[in-house]
Amino acid sequence: MKLLTHNMLTSHVKGVTKGYPLLIKATEVKVNEVEFNPKFVCRMIPKLEWSALVQAADQLGHRDDLPRELVPDFEKNEDFLKKVHRVLLEVEVIEGCLKCPESGREFPISRGIPNMLLNEDEA
Amino acid sequence: MAASNRSCLQYLFHLAHDNLEFRLPVTLFSHIQMSSPFWCLEGLSVEDVCSVMDRSVCAKSAFELWGHGQSHSELRTSLLSYPQEKMSPYMQKGSSYKINVYTFNKTLLFEERIKKIDAMDYLPFQGTVNLKNPQFTFCLLEDYGTDPNNIPELPNYVYFGRLIADGQRELIRSYSVKNRHFIGNTSMDAGLSFIMANHAMVKENDLVFDPFVGTGSLLVSCSHFGAYVCGTDIDYNTIHGKGRSSRKNQKWRGPDENIRANLRQYGTESMYVDVMVSDASKPVWRNAALFDAIITDPPYGIRESTRRTGSHKDTIKSPDESHVPVSQAYHLSDIFTDLLNFSAHHLVLGGRLVYWLPVYRPEYCEEMVPLHPCLRLISNCEQMLSSHTSRRLITMEKIKEPEELDSLAHLSDPHFSGYQKHNAFREKYFSGLNKRSGKDDTKADVSGK
Repeated sequence: MKLLTHNMLTSHVKGVTKGYPLLIKATEVKVNEVEFNPKFVCRMIPKLEWSALVQAADQLGHRDDLPRELVPDFEKNEDFLKKVHRVLLEVEVIEGCLKCPESGREFPISRGIPNMLLNEDEA
Repeated sequence: MAASNRSCLQYLFHLAHDNLEFRLPVTLFSHIQMSSPFWCLEGLSVEDVCSVMDRSVCAKSAFELWGHGQSHSELRTSLLSYPQEKMSPYMQKGSSYKINVYTFNKTLLFEERIKKIDAMDYLPFQGTVNLKNPQFTFCLLEDYGTDPNNIPELPNYVYFGRLIADGQRELIRSYSVKNRHFIGNTSMDAGLSFIMANHAMVKENDLVFDPFVGTGSLLVSCSHFGAYVCGTDIDYNTIHGKGRSSRKNQKWRGPDENIRANLRQYGTESMYVDVMVSDASKPVWRNAALFDAIITDPPYGIRESTRRTGSHKDTIKSPDESHVPVSQAYHLSDIFTDLLNFSAHHLVLGGRLVYWLPVYRPEYCEEMVPLHPCLRLISNCEQMLSSHTSRRLITMEKIKEPEELDSLAHLSDPHFSGYQKHNAFREKYFSGLNKRSGKDDTKADVSGK
């Protein structure tokens, strides 16, 4: 699971109102090399919840020097875009789980794929 | 389209004679004969033509039209009145060219083609003929009608033009599911996948989502156009690439069979974002306009079962499945209501939803196409599956952000609930085939044909 996806996911356990962002507990994390595409990164940045991204990168120990606040005028800042690219698309959780911050319910991640299915009683 | 570049030139599009219904809806040009393989369009720039040919799998070639007529003598008159100054850049001494002859609905012998080319010697070509690698290619196109049992002696219509660009029909072969690493029973064929990506106007750097992703065929074609892709499916095995193979000689899927591997096969792995096991009726996304396009082929309840999580009796058993909750029937009409609602909330403004709607033809009427106050219906193209069933490719565009009550619109306004009858789609599908009576569509375990 990449952090771009994680940034857009929320807990949908019945009754939960503060299900975002999901906490990440990772037992295996991989960093792949993915072709850097500044245009795509620029398009995604406005859609992100920045603090959730920083928090997630922190939880994985891959925050490096990603700034706590979004840098203004980021479109021209290739250095910054490269850092965002790395965190959004190159860091991947292979094994672990996503945890609902309110209910504590855990969604397993295996082989890089989260399983978000709820049980009958939670739906 | 750039108005400043529009020429008064006419362009001739030569279209492939399949998937007739799905040619990019060109609403500006209403005088076109839908079933004809030749479309003459004006008011375009050469950039427009090239950008269409750059992605169309329906168009074979596009030409700058120099002349046309109902006979060769009319063609000659037409060509001789085409401005010399527009012809001469392509007929210079020292340049090379070749002339092709294309005949629709008729086969000509080699000698006959040569004769036709020779008969055009009134054209002031000054360059030399080069059949292997010409600078400029021209084509004489003859239309012998659409009835293969009644081929006329002389063509109904003839055209002559300069080739601008060929289309992307080759993608149908190079992306064929026959050669794809990972396929399923209902993997979308390459041609239709590209048509769907075109209907959604998928472009570079878009983020595209498929909520019923299956084996990812739709994501593959979107990635070809430079979009980043993600998908979900309720079936754990399909998402993980496990379970029984859909190939004839293979029993179980191999280790390299999954959606990511498919993208890797075509060199687009960098466009892979994520796939997840998830129930489309219970979306997991935060409430924001995230996706540029949503492209999907929802289950019809025929070859893949429709299901969702919730309390019910039946259980699906498959090898290696872990943590898959019990499923219940997911009524077809609910699938589409949910899909439209989801799209209204999670598409960017101007973003498109493209999906297949299964239809029982004897009862079909336009009112059955699901609507939503935030989405505008762009097109509705039918593909026949059998005499009494078809599916329709529906394209919708988000035109406004949803308000509180929009998601409930289908309950109050009958205009939005025309698809209720579709819950019986599976019943009708089977009753026509093998006269089984009233197959109850609340059973969750139908995975047959």
